[in-house]
Amino acid sequence: MKIRVKFSKTGRMVYLGHLDIMRYFQKAIRRAGVDIAYSQGYNPHQKMSFSAPLSLGIESLAEYMDITLNSLPSAAWLKDILQKQMVPGMDILSITLLPDDAESAMTVLAAADYEVIVRNDVIENMDLSRMDAFYSQEEIHIVRKTKKSETEIDIKPLIYSLHEDDGVIFMRLASGSVQNLKPDLVMKAYFSYIGLDIPEHCIRIKRVEQFGENFVSLEDMGLQMD
Amino acid sequence: MKKLALPEDILLRVEKPGRYIGNEFNTVLKNPEEVEIRFAMCFPDIYEIGMSHLGIQILYDMFNQREDVYCERVYSPWTDLDRLMRQNNIPLFALESQDPIKDFDFLGITIQYEMCYTNILQVLELSGIPLLSSERNEDDPIVIGGGPCTYNPEPLADFFDLFYIGEGETSYFELLDAYKENKAVNGTRKDFLEKAANIPGIYAPLFYDVEYNPDGTIRSRSKNNPAVPETIIKQVVLEMDDTYYPEKPIVPHIKVTQDRAVLEVQRGCIRGCRFCQAGMVYRPVRERSLEFLRERAKTLIENTGHDEISLISLSTSDYPYLGELVNFLIEELGSNGVNISLPSLRIDSFSLDVMSKVQDVKKTSLTFAPEAGTQRLRDVINKGLTEEDILNGSALAFEGGWDRVKLYFMLGLPTETEEDIKGIADICNAIANKFYGIPKEQRSNRLQITASTSFFVPKPFTPFQWSKMLPLKEYMDRARTVNHAIKGSHNKKSIKYNWHDADVTILEGLFARGDRRVGKAILAAYKKGCIFDAWTENFSFRKWMEACEETGVDIDFYTVRGMETTEILPWDFINTGVTKNFLLREYNNAMNAMVTPNCREKCEGCGAAAFGGGVCHENKS
Repeated sequence: MKIRVKFSKTGRMVYLGHLDIMRYFQKAIRRAGVDIAYSQGYNPHQKMSFSAPLSLGIESLAEYMDITLNSLPSAAWLKDILQKQMVPGMDILSITLLPDDAESAMTVLAAADYEVIVRNDVIENMDLSRMDAFYSQEEIHIVRKTKKSETEIDIKPLIYSLHEDDGVIFMRLASGSVQNLKPDLVMKAYFSYIGLDIPEHCIRIKRVEQFGENFVSLEDMGLQMD
Repeated sequence: MKKLALPEDILLRVEKPGRYIGNEFNTVLKNPEEVEIRFAMCFPDIYEIGMSHLGIQILYDMFNQREDVYCERVYSPWTDLDRLMRQNNIPLFALESQDPIKDFDFLGITIQYEMCYTNILQVLELSGIPLLSSERNEDDPIVIGGGPCTYNPEPLADFFDLFYIGEGETSYFELLDAYKENKAVNGTRKDFLEKAANIPGIYAPLFYDVEYNPDGTIRSRSKNNPAVPETIIKQVVLEMDDTYYPEKPIVPHIKVTQDRAVLEVQRGCIRGCRFCQAGMVYRPVRERSLEFLRERAKTLIENTGHDEISLISLSTSDYPYLGELVNFLIEELGSNGVNISLPSLRIDSFSLDVMSKVQDVKKTSLTFAPEAGTQRLRDVINKGLTEEDILNGSALAFEGGWDRVKLYFMLGLPTETEEDIKGIADICNAIANKFYGIPKEQRSNRLQITASTSFFVPKPFTPFQWSKMLPLKEYMDRARTVNHAIKGSHNKKSIKYNWHDADVTILEGLFARGDRRVGKAILAAYKKGCIFDAWTENFSFRKWMEACEETGVDIDFYTVRGMETTEILPWDFINTGVTKNFLLREYNNAMNAMVTPNCREKCEGCGAAAFGGGVCHENKS
């Protein structure tokens, strides 16, 4: 059976990369004694996949891992037994039983919500009042650098919503393997819009949800159990 | 969760910030306010290497079983963070509490190889602890060293308050109790060091003075405090099943060098190779029972979730129940996708059988260490491996499907001749001939032999402790001779040869047999910016040469001179159980290419029986 596990990654754990989190869960699952399915072949590995990798330093309240199990006593059991294997900063939030033909979280991923703040200790009293004006532009151009070339692209179609409230910038952006926009690029575009050249690491990003088509949360694509 | 010691800007700027955040599964969390002793346990290299070390995991677990002690870990910050910490005045911290090391009662440093010596100074300096023991005051942690390099602690004597000689399981609790008692009566740092110096295995360098002859050799060594012992006796654990062994080792977040569960099957080695320090100083051989290891293997996998378990010891082939243990592990753990990894084994049919059970023959290469190219030289070093063993073993392996072989040799061994050097190419060639002598359909297509040489470094407490080293240029010439001989051999296309510069070898030789005066060169080199000397990209031979010259340390005196069997050696005050008399006898046997039987074949009376346990007393009760 296919199970989707929603978890958060906060605090110290934001300094661990995607591969480390994968290895962390492989070990947690083995410790927990979860009856996970293994791939066939010389080097059998646990059937496990994740939604969009999170860059180092970004917190998340909505990470998703799909696993295939041979058996499962109950969802509550799974949530409980996995939670016992977590370290501070990692929490199991929900367990969803997916239909057998469900596609992986990464495949269905289409959008994600982020909350962004500008670090007060880096830039004091950052002017965020022009966020609405920034977002209401017809087109928002940024320069995307690749190894070979620089291309200008319009990111406006990839921003599904954007507003600021009490110093927190909320944004819903295209995410996934087809179209993807990172929140720091949006902020960079805003800073450039208001004529600022901003230093590195001046914002804090938190991913708060990930969605499939029509903004259906990844945890609502099956039978959520807890 | 407590705040991290490093600000986020720095964490996001350094390579692998996961090294510095702690928070791993099975980490011990205590309230520092509620303990009496805070102990920072340090491996002076990067996290990935330090976390791969079993000894620290054992002591961490053992210390934290005490309610009055909180043991935390600290590793060397990599050069990127080192710079940032200095620029921003951030003191070195322990991973668990993220508190500064300076606030701890003890800083314990394991000293596993000579080329980490400058990293010790880095850890002290970043912690804000004076580098010299003599300059520390009541507020500074007690700095104590342990591990294999402390069998000659003298080059580091200026930097440590105490050394622990031998296995940590036996005397550490006594030391911690003495610390508490001293604190309770408001004793001074010196009071404590004096008490400590009377605990078995503890060496406090400040209570001893060394005088030198005009020719540089040691004239005398004397106590400057009547209350301390003349000699320090190495500590050994005798009861291997009823001792500390972590059931819940810490599971690292980032990938470390040994990313697996570790099962130490025995301590010590029966073989008695004459170049090998571990084989001498960890005598006698003591094995853990099959029952203990079975039970612990299961617990380790359950508590860590590792997908691999490694059976380690100095010579795992010699563990008497290896076959049974491997069969059990395959049955019990194999079905859960847990792999079993074995270190290099001796090359015989039994070992090959064990290896083929646990490894995918197609993917793994076979590793073994003939150490020398000719039978004469293998007899000199007492390798106990004949040409026949090597060739028959190789043939068996090739018939079993292996087609990649790694061979390890040493160059510069005592009595080595041109014939021995070229012999390395000869034996590689002979192994290749064995391969191509097998009918094509019974072996794989292509053979790949990788031969590597390292340079011999004479180590304290070995029969070769008196031996001469070679001048730098000579080492490189010998490596070139091997290379030339391999390139000219019939099977050259199947043989790849690796060697490295001898610069590091010279320094290893200096530190291994140095006395207290060598410490000045280490300090000078550190001041010139030497750290992470074990990492080729950081190593600067030039700086080391300058440091030695400026401090008047004559490298040749400690390396190419060789030592007289009559002179006082810097490490003579340590009693490892193995007597100097035995080492001398073995040295003479070496010069006559006489092989000495291993401990299970025949007891040669090395002295280790005095400890009252292990192989020395098998079948005698």
